[in-house]
Amino acid sequence: MSGLLRDLFKDYRFIIAFGVVLALLSLSLLSIFSPFDPQRALQVPRAQPPSWQYLLGTTWLGQDVFWQLTHAIRNTLAIALIASLTSRVIALLIGLVAGYRGGLVDRILMSAGDTTLVLPSLVILILASIFLREWLRDLVNLGLLLAFFAWAWDARVIRSQVLSLREREFTRVSILSGMGTFRLVVKQYLPFILPIAFTTLINNMSWAIGMEVTLAYLGLGIDPSVPTIGNMLQVAIFRQALFMGLWWWLLAPVGTALLLFVSLYLLSVSLSEYLDPKARVQRIGLR
Amino acid sequence: MTFLKRYLIPRLIQYLLVTFLGLTAVFILPRLLPIDPIQQRIAQYQTFGMIIPPDQLEYMISTLRSLFGLEGTLWQQYVMFWQRLLTWDFGPSLARFPTPVSTLIAWHLPWTLALLISSLVIGWVVGTLVGGVAGYYHRSKATRLLDGAAMVVRPIPYYILALLLLILFTHVLPLLPRGGGIGIGVTPEFNLAAIWSILLHATLPALTLIIGGITEHFQAMKLIVQTSRSEDHVWYARSAGVKDSTIVFHYVIRNAMLPRITHLGLSLGFVFSGALITEIVFRYPGVGLLLFNAIMHGDYNLIMGISAISIMVITTSILLLDLLLPLVDPRVRHQ
Repeated sequence: MSGLLRDLFKDYRFIIAFGVVLALLSLSLLSIFSPFDPQRALQVPRAQPPSWQYLLGTTWLGQDVFWQLTHAIRNTLAIALIASLTSRVIALLIGLVAGYRGGLVDRILMSAGDTTLVLPSLVILILASIFLREWLRDLVNLGLLLAFFAWAWDARVIRSQVLSLREREFTRVSILSGMGTFRLVVKQYLPFILPIAFTTLINNMSWAIGMEVTLAYLGLGIDPSVPTIGNMLQVAIFRQALFMGLWWWLLAPVGTALLLFVSLYLLSVSLSEYLDPKARVQRIGLR
Repeated sequence: MTFLKRYLIPRLIQYLLVTFLGLTAVFILPRLLPIDPIQQRIAQYQTFGMIIPPDQLEYMISTLRSLFGLEGTLWQQYVMFWQRLLTWDFGPSLARFPTPVSTLIAWHLPWTLALLISSLVIGWVVGTLVGGVAGYYHRSKATRLLDGAAMVVRPIPYYILALLLLILFTHVLPLLPRGGGIGIGVTPEFNLAAIWSILLHATLPALTLIIGGITEHFQAMKLIVQTSRSEDHVWYARSAGVKDSTIVFHYVIRNAMLPRITHLGLSLGFVFSGALITEIVFRYPGVGLLLFNAIMHGDYNLIMGISAISIMVITTSILLLDLLLPLVDPRVRHQ
């Protein structure tokens, strides 16, 4: 474990990204100490530029942008984590079952997956969120809905990995020595599969954050008075923050979103390079 | 013959099945809704202070039912839904009654197609060429610089990029129009002023799509070329004294081209959902903005129509790509 961390910290991209994510996480933890209720307006003087008292300024509605942002980061990360963890569990289950059982079960599960892959997920997501508007006002439900669209690709990758593992010697040895299917999968296969699931988890979080912002932008998604990065953006645009000269109101969520997307991307790139030795050799420049 | 049996027929079956499931989802989703669209409409009319006598109300309900395709049993509705789809009739738009949905889509579609196809192709050509050259000279300083830039720009979603460009080019440096497809008072005719106005208005939305495309294709192409430059035929050409530029453009990039062409084809398929947010940010009068307005006004027929068409476009383009690929790429044919 410590060896893994030492290797990862040799990559400057990982260090930067890790630092940024850590900083954003601690910001989201700060939301516990927030002196203001993020959903209430007129807590502070309106439309103040950034100063020592109001670190990131205040909004036209009289909310402190800094403290609102801490809540927004927390809620957005919560949605992303719910979505990606749930979809990972679905992908693991479906991928393992399809790969191990094969035959008709495999074909049904994989066609279901291919269907969700081929359909335009954004359009279907928009449709679903129009029709489930009331249900989706809760952020847990939004996370679950997003999870439904995100499992198919990973299930496919996991399945193909299981297919190749099943053909190897040690599977036959384990079966002949009387190991049950469940124990075989957990003890022998999971160590091969979990690293894949972990890298895709990060990519999926970034996708889920993007979808949250997109839906909020369209006026769909969760309760608009609950601060998330998407909702902050939407309110700032809807209230014409730029025309009023309140650039900090718009820049705070845009900047946070930028930091989040870039650092998650760098994390996933350096992790997948670490897990795929071929790419590592290339990076060192042996060829 | 084995090609037909092992490749073509399974693909066709899968295509029909996926399209069928997707369109059925478009039919089922609104019917799971706890809200009755007809009651909603009538409540809307009544809030405007309209007093409706009972016999007129009855008549209105039955008219709205047939407009929404809600007549008869669920099965009859389902059959009607397919009949409408196959005759390309999605009913009238509810927000812009009585314009048919198909007319609205036909008017907005050219804007989306022109914007997307041109920016996708520009992004692809620039990204692929620069990525190819950068992959070949992968240790030069310029390549490292470009690579670093691509690393940072790549993960930025295009709506964030669009907002940044919007702030930059309309507030900080007011050079370009803030939105819309054409200047106010300019009629879309075939003359210089109109074309100039259209190009000016398309610049910012195109720029966001092009920047995203360039970084994506740059990275992918660079990776492919970087690995293929150590292949035997490249070593051989280099030791035989073939000029570097010949190796790059004639040997390496050409070989790496095929997977990239597939990718271009695939991204063209996502024309509909691709530009949705870009169009909304810049108020560009394409299908994305049309869908956005339909959502805002609860225009169910229009939402149904756009979703149904976009599902058909995507599944069909993936099928076409699957069928064309073995004709171009011998490696796929062999499999």
